[in-house]
Amino acid sequence: MKVTLKSNLAWVGVMLFGFIIIDALEFAGLINTFIENMLVTIGINVILAVGLNLIIGFAGQFSLGHAGFMAIGAYATGIMTQTMSTPLGFYISMVVGMVIAVIAAVIVGVPTLRLRGDYLAIATMGAAEIIRIVINNLKITNGAAGLFNIPALASWVTVYVLMCLTTIVTVNFIHSRGGRAVMAVREDELAAGAMGINTTRWKLAAFVFGAATAAIGGSLHAAYIQTIAPGDFNIMASIAILIIVVLGGVGSITGTFVAAVVLGALDTILQNFGTVRMIIYSLALILIMIFKPAGLLGTWEFSFRRWLTKGAVTHD
Amino acid sequence: MQTFGQQLVNGLSLGSIYALLALGYTMVYGIIKLINFAHGDIYMLGAFWGYYSLRAFHFNFLMALCSAMVVCAVLGVVIEYFAYRPLRHSPRITALITAIGVSFLLENGMSALVGANARSFPQALPVVTYHWLGIRVSNIQLLILITACLLMALLELIIKRTKMGKAMRAVSVDPEAAQLVGINLNHTISFTFALGSAMAGAAGVLIGLYYNSIDPLMGMTPGIKAFVAAVIGGIGSVPGASLGGFIIGILETGVQAVGLSAYKDAVVYFVLIVILLVMPAGIFGHNRREKV
Repeated sequence: MKVTLKSNLAWVGVMLFGFIIIDALEFAGLINTFIENMLVTIGINVILAVGLNLIIGFAGQFSLGHAGFMAIGAYATGIMTQTMSTPLGFYISMVVGMVIAVIAAVIVGVPTLRLRGDYLAIATMGAAEIIRIVINNLKITNGAAGLFNIPALASWVTVYVLMCLTTIVTVNFIHSRGGRAVMAVREDELAAGAMGINTTRWKLAAFVFGAATAAIGGSLHAAYIQTIAPGDFNIMASIAILIIVVLGGVGSITGTFVAAVVLGALDTILQNFGTVRMIIYSLALILIMIFKPAGLLGTWEFSFRRWLTKGAVTHD
Repeated sequence: MQTFGQQLVNGLSLGSIYALLALGYTMVYGIIKLINFAHGDIYMLGAFWGYYSLRAFHFNFLMALCSAMVVCAVLGVVIEYFAYRPLRHSPRITALITAIGVSFLLENGMSALVGANARSFPQALPVVTYHWLGIRVSNIQLLILITACLLMALLELIIKRTKMGKAMRAVSVDPEAAQLVGINLNHTISFTFALGSAMAGAAGVLIGLYYNSIDPLMGMTPGIKAFVAAVIGGIGSVPGASLGGFIIGILETGVQAVGLSAYKDAVVYFVLIVILLVMPAGIFGHNRREKV
């Protein structure tokens, strides 16, 4: 059997195992609404951060506008499920959100991806703010008040399944020919171009891919939280996703998972601390960055593929 | 024409605040390539120092302004020493997240300390409005403009004429070569933070006087706008930051004047993207060509 298939099957096994554990805990009554809320938030954050990690960690493009694409997904679901309040309607709205996010990402990406480093970051931040301000002023999105009473069409199961799905697709993209092209662009754009890689196309591919996953995250957010407002998708929201990526380690999907769980748990624990909550949070952030500058896991990745190929002799 | 002149005056006074803030961003970025997200919060602390020094210590306006500059300069140096210096050789994105952490810390620390409510800034100077060719100009607006221009000229003098300014320019070109010729890297970077933060402190007191209302989160949006101004002007360039600040200020008031105030931030970002696409390094920036 091919290594890729084997490692994917192993991951599916791990995901099924995780599902069974959460389900059993839910059945045993050990997960109350409070903890379920935390788990769903972690799941949505994983979806968002995995997409951003693809853009920043693997394609090396510093994007600060992830919340803008998330807003598109969230509003697509919020608006469409008002008239189509069925699970099918939810999935249709999610696909519509993804398509709009992809179109927006192409419009934003084609010109701005020519910029480098911090200039790209500031341009994507500007683009996301433009998206938010437009949403803030449209009639159909109910302006600054936002949408409420969105039908609850996403449970923790939906979030879990979609989290697994986006992660598997993203990881397989990273290990594909396209993923290697994207990483070559990250290492050295000029050299990659000289090797015949269409650098613009692959940068854009990673950017669009990330935007599509952000739209999924936004859809789930809208359908689970049931209330969205333009203020939820401001620069601080983009930064919150960026923090997960950097804290876990830029270029490590495993790290993104760990960071999302650590931050989600930290946030839940700190709920009891009231006003000093954000002070502790920011101090924790500064201290982790000072003592672990490469993030919690650096670029280390947990990989079944490595286990499966360990000791194997390659024959050509 | 009258409205145009009026909006130009308003835009220039708002723009000088952005310019003062943008100077700090541009100097810090020029020297250690860090987007100092906490810079907007230094400006907030400057405004709060002005508030307390005017109310509790009964300083006059000039003393409040100067003391705010000193306090902010010290704060900037302390923040650099504890938060950014340990990360000087780390990936730049790590330093960026630390800067965001410092920004959160200052915002929430102030909220916890003095409360999150907005408070009105004491009127240190009686407001006098001059009418000139049908344009209303208050003495506060003139004061902001003159103070900002004086500070910018002073900064330009420090950077161009003093030994420390020369060291700053050397470090921003090549930190390692600068060390080889005997420049103390740490002192130079601390000095840069002190200068930038002093400018932000002055801007904080001036905006308190102009808008009359301060709160712990007041630094967020102006901070980001000032960074946009620095990028438009060409980050790393001091005259560029001033120009960028004035452009943003005039643009914002102009968009408000034509009745699109809901879209004023969107227009600012749109102009930013367009300028970056036409001039990828900003107006006064040097576009270095990449070589293998």
